[in-house]
Amino acid sequence: MSDHHKETFLNKYVFSLDHKMIAKQFLITGMLMGIIGMLMSILFRLQLSNPGESFAVLEWFLGSKWAPGGILDPNMYLSLVTMHGTILVFWVLTAGLTGTFANFLIPLQIGARDMASGFLNMLSYWFFFVATVVLLCSLFVETGPASAGWTIYPPLSALPQAIPGSGLGQDLWLVAIALFIVSSLLGGLNYIVTILNLRTKGMSMSRLPLTMWAILITAILGVLSFPVLLSAALLLIFDRSFGTSFYLSDIIIGGETLHNTGGSPVLFEHLFWFLGHPEVYIILLPSLGIVSEVMSVNSRKPIFGYKAMVGAMLAIAFLSFVVWGHHMFITGMDPFLGSVFTFTTLLIAIPSAVKVFNYLATLWKGSIRFTPAMLFTIGFVSTFLTGGLTGLILGDSALDINVHDTYFVVGHFHIVMGLSAIYGMFSGVYHWFPKMYGRMMNKKLGYLHFWVTFISAYGVFFPMHFLGLAGLPRRYYTNSAFPMFDGLSDINEIITFFAIIGGLVQLVFVFNFFYSIFKGTKASSNPWKANTLEWTTPIERIHGNWPGEIPEVYRWPYDYSKPGADEDFIMQTEPLKEGEIEH
Amino acid sequence: MTNILIALVLILLIATLVQVLRVSELLSELKNQDVNEVTNKDNATQSRILLIVGTLFLGSVVWQFVNWIPLMLPPASSVHGAVIDSLMQFTMLLIIFVFFITQPLLFWYGYKYNKSKENPIAFFYPHNNKLEVIWTVVPSIVLTAVILYGLSAWDKITNADTTDSQIIELYAKQFDWTARYAGEDNTLGFSNYKLVKGPNQLGVDLTDVFAQDDVVIKEVHLAVNKPVLLKMRSRDVIHSAFLPHFRVQMNCVPGMITQFAFTPTQTTAEMKIQEGEDFEFVLLCNKICGAAHYNMQMKFVVETEEEYTAWMASQKTVNNTLTKKQ
Repeated sequence: MSDHHKETFLNKYVFSLDHKMIAKQFLITGMLMGIIGMLMSILFRLQLSNPGESFAVLEWFLGSKWAPGGILDPNMYLSLVTMHGTILVFWVLTAGLTGTFANFLIPLQIGARDMASGFLNMLSYWFFFVATVVLLCSLFVETGPASAGWTIYPPLSALPQAIPGSGLGQDLWLVAIALFIVSSLLGGLNYIVTILNLRTKGMSMSRLPLTMWAILITAILGVLSFPVLLSAALLLIFDRSFGTSFYLSDIIIGGETLHNTGGSPVLFEHLFWFLGHPEVYIILLPSLGIVSEVMSVNSRKPIFGYKAMVGAMLAIAFLSFVVWGHHMFITGMDPFLGSVFTFTTLLIAIPSAVKVFNYLATLWKGSIRFTPAMLFTIGFVSTFLTGGLTGLILGDSALDINVHDTYFVVGHFHIVMGLSAIYGMFSGVYHWFPKMYGRMMNKKLGYLHFWVTFISAYGVFFPMHFLGLAGLPRRYYTNSAFPMFDGLSDINEIITFFAIIGGLVQLVFVFNFFYSIFKGTKASSNPWKANTLEWTTPIERIHGNWPGEIPEVYRWPYDYSKPGADEDFIMQTEPLKEGEIEH
Repeated sequence: MTNILIALVLILLIATLVQVLRVSELLSELKNQDVNEVTNKDNATQSRILLIVGTLFLGSVVWQFVNWIPLMLPPASSVHGAVIDSLMQFTMLLIIFVFFITQPLLFWYGYKYNKSKENPIAFFYPHNNKLEVIWTVVPSIVLTAVILYGLSAWDKITNADTTDSQIIELYAKQFDWTARYAGEDNTLGFSNYKLVKGPNQLGVDLTDVFAQDDVVIKEVHLAVNKPVLLKMRSRDVIHSAFLPHFRVQMNCVPGMITQFAFTPTQTTAEMKIQEGEDFEFVLLCNKICGAAHYNMQMKFVVETEEEYTAWMASQKTVNNTLTKKQ
């Protein structure tokens, strides 16, 4: 690989085949989309806490068509909610998170020159890029962007007469998601092949860092479930544009009696959630991996129960394929199926509990170094716990009846997968930034970022459980149409207040990120004193990762504070001493 | 003009921040230390903040429970709702118990084991099979109990005996609800979306004998303690019939009929005494259905048997309204 082509600006920064550059492309695109998605949430939070009030900022961003006189239009409210969900779930937490860390870490941590196919890898990013452009274009079409919710249930998403967003905006949404799925499959296949085939000498599966296990399992989930969403989207495109009736039946809309009979919207729900539930773990697993790694490094202690951690991730991944029906308890699905899905869903609590206890045991008697990355792992365990516990209510079909589609659900999933996953992502960025850019991120700004985020995120999402228990449905433009919700306006104001604070402090992160790329203090090659292979590479970025031979691996990655060693870490490349037992 | 000024201020702010950071970094370079190196002093400060913020968080959770529980839904006004409420109480107590054990442990461990002079080296402890078996088996047992309890409740709710239930159809469309009582024969007349025309907004087959005694109305009245079976249809998109006070929710899906059975146990008048004069039972739409989704509602009134019978007697049947007009 050392005899590779000459680097020009175009093939170094744009059409790069280098996995490290592709990772940065994913990260920066993901960050940009994250800012857009978060801004959308702040715009609709303004309407929710102050319904019908005029805000100049709304008109400034949305124009006089969608926010006449600074008052948000109800259709645009639904569009913002839909696009916020789509962007955060797919663009930030799927592509932004996995795309960044899978690409960056796989070759570096398993000891490979690059991904199995650099070309597919580049295509993966560029499909994602085109998907991004298409999705952003949909923001500017006359009838507005898609607005049937990120779950795009037909018939609402199929009929432009039902809601303006289901016109051209929905078409662009579907095209964007199809391109996105192609990108995700190209990436996923590459990740699997690379991890299985390109491990360096000595890097057996039982010596893989947990990040690698997490990414491997994530990629398998994606490859098995995303094609189902693609088929669901294709059938929806057929229903929308070619007069088929896969999801449509017995409909009168806008005074027009449609010819469609025999289709079922419930079919779409099954197809959607067959992806949709594994998707939750596609989002969460990479963060579980990152957190395991970062926590171990900074506790200066092996991750507790390595095998149990891998086993728990495998169990979660397997179960994630047989629980999709818990999103559908009240759709009219046979109640017997509801029982089955309740059973499988609640089982997930067991491997999740094991993971939490193992994290606590990892912290116990550690010697914890409080880097910003470490703080985010503690934040992760806290949100994973809080959100996981409320899952016991939502996963129980009988209890789901009254909290389904209320703010209880919004609170639950934002905490358990939104916050947890984004904390994992932040943790990863702070931790691997020195390897990405050869410089350190500013520590103090990192601390500020973490504490304000941690406090305001709980301030936003914890009170939502109470809104849900009061019966407040999600996706309501305002709750002022029902006197029974009049008492909830204080809670809504608190949520919006914290949302704005939490949103603003992300700018500190963005600033820190770009400032540190150019002006950060220079990093040493192993600033955290970590064991894994990426820290054996030189600071200078080179295509091919190691200047000489690829190092050989002799031990697992978690020999921290091992008795009898000279230092509190032993790198994977260090051979076992005579008489030393591998952990 | 204001926009330009705001932009200028922002740029200046960022520039100032950059300079401040540069100065602090240059100063530490002069002192020959790395500004971004995490020191024991940082560990001490951050672990203390962790303990304080963690405690504040747990305190705020308690505060939210104390202050906001009165805003929550009142106890269920239906028979199966009481089953749901006790299952909810059980699960909630379990969750709160686990929450208040594990979260404090997390914050406490973070605080106690920060890297410091007293705690310079970690304890090498890669695994303990016995411990791991314990914390796999204990959650498994607890969850078995939760699952069994949950499934028995679900079975009671979904397999309720509906032989004596009064049948009422809920018909959803953008953005309102209509109800149709099955009448004295307790059988809904046949309906088809292609029959929707003029005043026959539900597409009832007016030639069907079972349809003649059906009653179409815009406000549902129920007799207390009398079982009801709701049958749901939708005309256009998916809606969801949500009656939070009765713990009832079921989607209304175009092309199929869904159902939910329940028995109201409290009258509106009784609820007004408990909850205030403004109280009404209300049906909401709880599945995103379009621009006015947030305002798609219908009033439910629960009254005594006598009041209900009197009200019903004053309603006109399909035979009286639609069939005759044809």
